[in-house]
Amino acid sequence: MKVLLPIDRAAGEERALVGGKTLALARLGTAGFSIPRALCVTTEAYRRFVESGGLHGAIARELGRKRFEDMRWEEIWDAALRIRTLFDRTAWPVTLDQELREGIRSVFGDRPVAVRSSAPGEDGVTASFAGLHESFLNVKGPAAVLDHVRRVFASLWSDRALLYRKELRLTPAGSAIAVLVQEMVPAERSGVVFGVSPSDPDQAVVEAVWGLNEGLVDGTVEPDRWILSRGAGTVISHHAPVREKRVVPGPAGTVLSNLPQALSARSPVSEEEACAVFRLALEAEAFFGSPQDVEWCFGKEVLHVLQSRPITTRPAPDGSDDRSWYLGLKRSFANLKNLRARIEGELLPAMGREAEAQASVDLPALADGELAEEIRRREAAVRKWEGIYRDEFIPLAHGVRLFGQFYNDAVAPEDPFEFTRLLSGTGMLSIERNALLDDLAQRLRADRLLAERVARDGKGDPDFESRAARLFRDYGDFFGSAGSEAGRKGILSLLLEMSRRPAVPPGESAGNGAAMRDRFLSRFGGEARDFAVELLDLARDCYRLRDDDNICLGRLRSALARAVEEQSQRASGRGRDGAGRIGSGVTIETLNDPSSPPGGGSPPVMESASFLQRDRQLVGHPAGPGFARGPARVVRETADLFDLRAGEILVCDAVDPNMTFAIPLAGAVVERRGGMLIHGAIIAREYGIPCVTGIPDAVHRIRTGDILSVDGYLGIVTRAEA
Amino acid sequence: MEDAPALERIVRELLASQRLAVLSTETRGMPYSSLIAFAAAPDLRTLVFATPRPTRKFSNLSENAQVSLLVDNRSNREEDFAEAAAATILGTARETTGEERESSLALFLGKHPYLSSFARSPECAIFRVEIEAYYVVSRFQSVSELHVRR
Repeated sequence: MKVLLPIDRAAGEERALVGGKTLALARLGTAGFSIPRALCVTTEAYRRFVESGGLHGAIARELGRKRFEDMRWEEIWDAALRIRTLFDRTAWPVTLDQELREGIRSVFGDRPVAVRSSAPGEDGVTASFAGLHESFLNVKGPAAVLDHVRRVFASLWSDRALLYRKELRLTPAGSAIAVLVQEMVPAERSGVVFGVSPSDPDQAVVEAVWGLNEGLVDGTVEPDRWILSRGAGTVISHHAPVREKRVVPGPAGTVLSNLPQALSARSPVSEEEACAVFRLALEAEAFFGSPQDVEWCFGKEVLHVLQSRPITTRPAPDGSDDRSWYLGLKRSFANLKNLRARIEGELLPAMGREAEAQASVDLPALADGELAEEIRRREAAVRKWEGIYRDEFIPLAHGVRLFGQFYNDAVAPEDPFEFTRLLSGTGMLSIERNALLDDLAQRLRADRLLAERVARDGKGDPDFESRAARLFRDYGDFFGSAGSEAGRKGILSLLLEMSRRPAVPPGESAGNGAAMRDRFLSRFGGEARDFAVELLDLARDCYRLRDDDNICLGRLRSALARAVEEQSQRASGRGRDGAGRIGSGVTIETLNDPSSPPGGGSPPVMESASFLQRDRQLVGHPAGPGFARGPARVVRETADLFDLRAGEILVCDAVDPNMTFAIPLAGAVVERRGGMLIHGAIIAREYGIPCVTGIPDAVHRIRTGDILSVDGYLGIVTRAEA
Repeated sequence: MEDAPALERIVRELLASQRLAVLSTETRGMPYSSLIAFAAAPDLRTLVFATPRPTRKFSNLSENAQVSLLVDNRSNREEDFAEAAAATILGTARETTGEERESSLALFLGKHPYLSSFARSPECAIFRVEIEAYYVVSRFQSVSELHVRR
């Protein structure tokens, strides 16, 4: 079977061989529409590549670590990144490489091309899954084209595609993808036309931008929008945005640039041209027999069709479908830069001010009614910030993912998460807090008499006390319950435990981090290097801010918990049952990341009429390299952390930055919430502690005292024989 | 990760779908594995198999009745690493006689009617294994134990 087909020979081929995008364009081409010159790398090429690289089994293993229903979207993203890196590191079989390379060279030479996904399942008549796979613009030369073809292959398993794996019927052995290599049209103006408007069946919509379509498709550039009457073919209305940017070809790939003033005053298309674009959609509709969504561009005043697909909606969500929200988490570089500025400049400071205002309230001095009012105020604040957290802070995490993918594309490292080593040492609040703790532990370590005194009296010498006071003043909120006497005692006992073992300095990677950074940047020159520097900078900020925002949210939550505790103490002092809605102990659940399901869920059924279950080996994700063996300490409430002994394996549902002060003491970290970029994993890696995440029902399946072996290289936790 | 009812389902499906198991016996510290046809009782507490008396496994079982069996549903493809399940069975084997031999034979032949002349031959012993535990492996490395309640 053919691995490479010119588009003018693809019209009669099977969709399974050339994919939906190629087939539609090829058919339009034979009907006389103006389409760019193109070659199709067929699904047969995908199959040969995957088979020669032994990738079927590797993909199946990556996706089969746990039940798909049990995977959080972070874990799906991690799996997709691992698969992508696997593709990046897999060499083309020699004969296939030759055949494709020569074919591409003979048609395009070193001229720029677009490398677009053309999946057999993506543009069906009944369902559209546009945008789940990747496309790349302005790629030059056969070698670069082949690299990008491989990336489009990998995008069959992108995080977005995996979210829709059921609808796409994705299976490692059965699925394949084709790639369309298309000559770049030097487009001055481009856009999309919907032959039928999603909101009114009698209307059509033309959207147009200056430059390339990419900016419109990913939402970075706001288009001019023309509404037309389908019947009359005339313009009903025109919405003109503030035109500021356009996407243009860069040295490689594309760049977002400022729009010259002369262009920003004008719509990219005239009214007549908008009508011509609409007629193009109508012709495509007549040809295919159903309304079309067409990507078009003007190059040298000629109107080209870049792609055409039937207008369909995504399969209707079943009510609990969060997938469109997940898809929305993918942000462009420009969008992320704005988000960073807003979070750093406005949101975090506003949160800090709110926390300080709350801290200045003298709770015991409030009358009962005032206290109730204060609790309501604090609840409202927590709810408000949790909403902002979901809408603005969580999407910022995409900055780290964007960089991770970029780094892996450039370096193709053996460890797909090597890039995180470039992100550490950014002065996260939680690391600063831990440094203060370390300093106190160091004093106790150096002065055994002082340690004995603290153990006996709960107080040290004046110097120790003034340092401790500083820790509690600046970071007391961060310990959740440390505002209380029990919290202070807990911290002191933790400090004594820390002082009994040698110091573990964090950020040891800082030194070789500089060398890694240089190695990474040395791969780029000129503008590409500037972009790499800027992206790294953004990723480092995202990494840090994503930790800091949790610390700030933790302060608001513990301020609420303190007010509730005050109320329930008053109630119990009067002999009534506690009136607190949360209860006197702050549970880990209330400190959880709101994006994760609450608590550890319900405990699994571990017995039946005939059997008793005992888990021997639990599989999760390798989130921090290293190996450790020791007794488990299952942590369900913040206060449980104070019982942690040096070398114990910390087992919890979800580590939140407000809990990470205990991690330096742990022999390893095991958690239910999965992902490589979650807080527990980040801090564990900073301290070089083995970490396994994504162990289903971890706090139910493991008991305090169980002897565990934690393999942070493979992501496996083994319980010793009872 | 599966809970007890799901694990029990996996075991039940494995024992029903697979005709053969690997049986491990031992003599003087030397392990010995052989492929056998087996049939499991509906309550999953016992299973039966047949072996001619002059075999190594018969001789080993006369010395040490402790056995381990492996039942799995692999298909010899790359996908097995993610998709195949296996159960390691631990138990004690004994040769059946009289009425128990008849009922064990019936269970065995219910699953393997084509082995009738083999199993009914006078020199063929019918063994019953009292199962103590199943160690179920799924998703390549996920391991849970099911211990039979006594």
